[in-house]
Amino acid sequence: MVAAHNLKHALFCAVITLVISWPIMGLKLEAVGTQITLQGADPFTWIAIGVAALAVFLFQLFREAILGRLGMLKSLNPMADRKPMPQEKRLKLESIGLTLLIVLALIWPFFVSRGSVDLATLVLIYIMLALGLNVVVGLAGLLDLGYVAFYAVGAYTFALLSQYWGISFWMALPIGALLAALFGLVLGFPVLRLRGDYLAIVTLGFGEIIRILLNNWTNVTGGPNGIGGIPDPTLFGMEFGRRVKEEGNVSFHETFGIAYSGEHKVIFLYLIALVLAVFTGLVIRRLMRMPVGRAWEALREDEIAARSLGLSRTGVKLSAFTIGAFFAGFAGTVFASKQGFISPESFVFLESAIILAIVVLGGMGSQMGVILAAIAVTILPELAREFSEYRMLIFGAAMVLMMVWRPQGLLPMRRRQIKLSTGE
Amino acid sequence: MQDLLYFGQQLINGLTIGSTYALIAIGYTMVYGIIGMINFAHGEIYMIGAYTALITITGLATLGVTWLPVILLIALICAMIVSSSMGWAVERVAYRPVRGRHRLIPLISAIGMSIFLQNYVHLAQGSRNIGFPALIEGGFQFGSSGNFQMSISWIQIVIFVTTFVCMTALSLYISRSRIGRACRAVSQDLGMANLLGIDTNRIISATFVIGAALAAVAGLLLGMYYGSVDPLFGFIAGLKAFTAAVLGGIGSIPGAMLGGLILGIAESMTSGYLSGEYKDVVSFGLLILILLFKPTGLLGKPEVEKI
Repeated sequence: MVAAHNLKHALFCAVITLVISWPIMGLKLEAVGTQITLQGADPFTWIAIGVAALAVFLFQLFREAILGRLGMLKSLNPMADRKPMPQEKRLKLESIGLTLLIVLALIWPFFVSRGSVDLATLVLIYIMLALGLNVVVGLAGLLDLGYVAFYAVGAYTFALLSQYWGISFWMALPIGALLAALFGLVLGFPVLRLRGDYLAIVTLGFGEIIRILLNNWTNVTGGPNGIGGIPDPTLFGMEFGRRVKEEGNVSFHETFGIAYSGEHKVIFLYLIALVLAVFTGLVIRRLMRMPVGRAWEALREDEIAARSLGLSRTGVKLSAFTIGAFFAGFAGTVFASKQGFISPESFVFLESAIILAIVVLGGMGSQMGVILAAIAVTILPELAREFSEYRMLIFGAAMVLMMVWRPQGLLPMRRRQIKLSTGE
Repeated sequence: MQDLLYFGQQLINGLTIGSTYALIAIGYTMVYGIIGMINFAHGEIYMIGAYTALITITGLATLGVTWLPVILLIALICAMIVSSSMGWAVERVAYRPVRGRHRLIPLISAIGMSIFLQNYVHLAQGSRNIGFPALIEGGFQFGSSGNFQMSISWIQIVIFVTTFVCMTALSLYISRSRIGRACRAVSQDLGMANLLGIDTNRIISATFVIGAALAAVAGLLLGMYYGSVDPLFGFIAGLKAFTAAVLGGIGSIPGAMLGGLILGIAESMTSGYLSGEYKDVVSFGLLILILLFKPTGLLGKPEVEKI
């Protein structure tokens, strides 16, 4: 009886697998001139579809047995019943590891190619973004799907200020971040009363509105053509170009009497990004342990209980939202300076989704996890170029799988505990 | 007279778009009404419906079938079957295992599913948009020639009629049939319905299937109306439909219909009198305003916060 039921269910699942994969994957629409024709897929795809259906069939048929085996595997895992490391030891290890990582990151760019330093700068920008979003999503539990809007505000602030008033990177950095924070504050004030999932949609709508405005406000933002010629950062007024662009400045290579090299600029930008990323991490690390950080988490865990203990819901949420936006503005300014050119193309919803995926994969609330996930998510597609078109497919699948199996992320957040000493 | 005709044209366009939004919105509103989650991947299900319809139409053309009603009917049925299967599978894989967890977890899972499906179609069918053959051509013209002419095309009439038929059928199904009654019971109280012997898992699957089937209808209709499909075209349409569902009051089926029509008209008025580029801004702005000032929507029931 049970076997018959199982067989029916397994057959049904296999048929569904065929139905959802055969027309979309097996028959490809090709436009030939004005005519559209159907093209059958190559045999490999057919075999893949068949194998998938068969796999689903077998899995559903022997579901109980397979899940039972998997449960056994867990008990075979030698790490399963290992006691967690004592807190002091873990913290010490963590701080040693972090220091080593930063030192390594400081000397590393002088020995590798220009391309990898450029990529590393991008990784650092994503780390900043992910750490900022981590405050909003991971700590305060507010799902922000329009995070990229604040990133765009930072980037466009720098681009516009330098274009119209010739303001330099160092001036624009705080202005961009503060303006992004202001946007966060203004947007957050009305919407933070909304429940979780409504908030997600409203922020998504806001992100799209910003992008559409940037795209259509052609006289100011250049519309889809974007803004180019964004200046590079300077080191105490020293420029990194071959020739000095601005009156009164000197160039870096002449001051120090070394030969001009394009790499100087790339490395300098990398170091700026590194310093800012470390700054972001440290500030957020401090904030997490301050009363406001604990209030974020309290509100995330149980809003009603937190409110009845006297926390101001709007105030606490607003602080998380604003701080998240501030660091997005930071990252945006660095991004604009790195690219030298920005357009609304860089600030689409997909970008928000990637940053969210980083936070989710790393473990919501866990700084270490988020940093490692940012590195992995940015570098892996570069290493596996031939699979790069599968990147978003894998992200999507990974997000679903993480939510199903490990919603706390790869490196979950651990709370720091403080015990009263039990001595005299 | 001129102005009136122009206004009438915008109204007709708005009603056309709005009724398809309403069809997609049903999927959001029914799922939300029953398990209280936003099915973020619903827009992608609609896009897959449109692709399947196009694939079927092209396939039938290759086979030499030329009689229009048969083409449309077969395309509709195929699109509904594939979309419903997709809806069923998505619920099974991505939503059922996380049901009942913290609110953000199903939502993130849904976003992941949406990205996955978008890229699945993108990889299988390419990222370029593909022209949808204009199967239903022609229409009526109003107004003297030389001046502005208001036109109602056959495809617009087809869209109205189909939407009307689907909505009526759905209302009857929900109010009369066994499964419909069970759906209403589950949406009122899932736990109690379970105790009374309703197979809630089956009912939840059924809502996903019904929503996906209606989205597939919308996919075929809008594909023909716009004349092209691409893998990203579900995303914005899904957001609009969600806006429509919220506008009408999420969880309410007549609300989805009303919200869809209002949103469609608001959009076409914006593109008619202001600029086509800002129509998305208007609909998202509308969404934000509704959520801020009347989160229950026009026909929704207020939700009581229980401790």
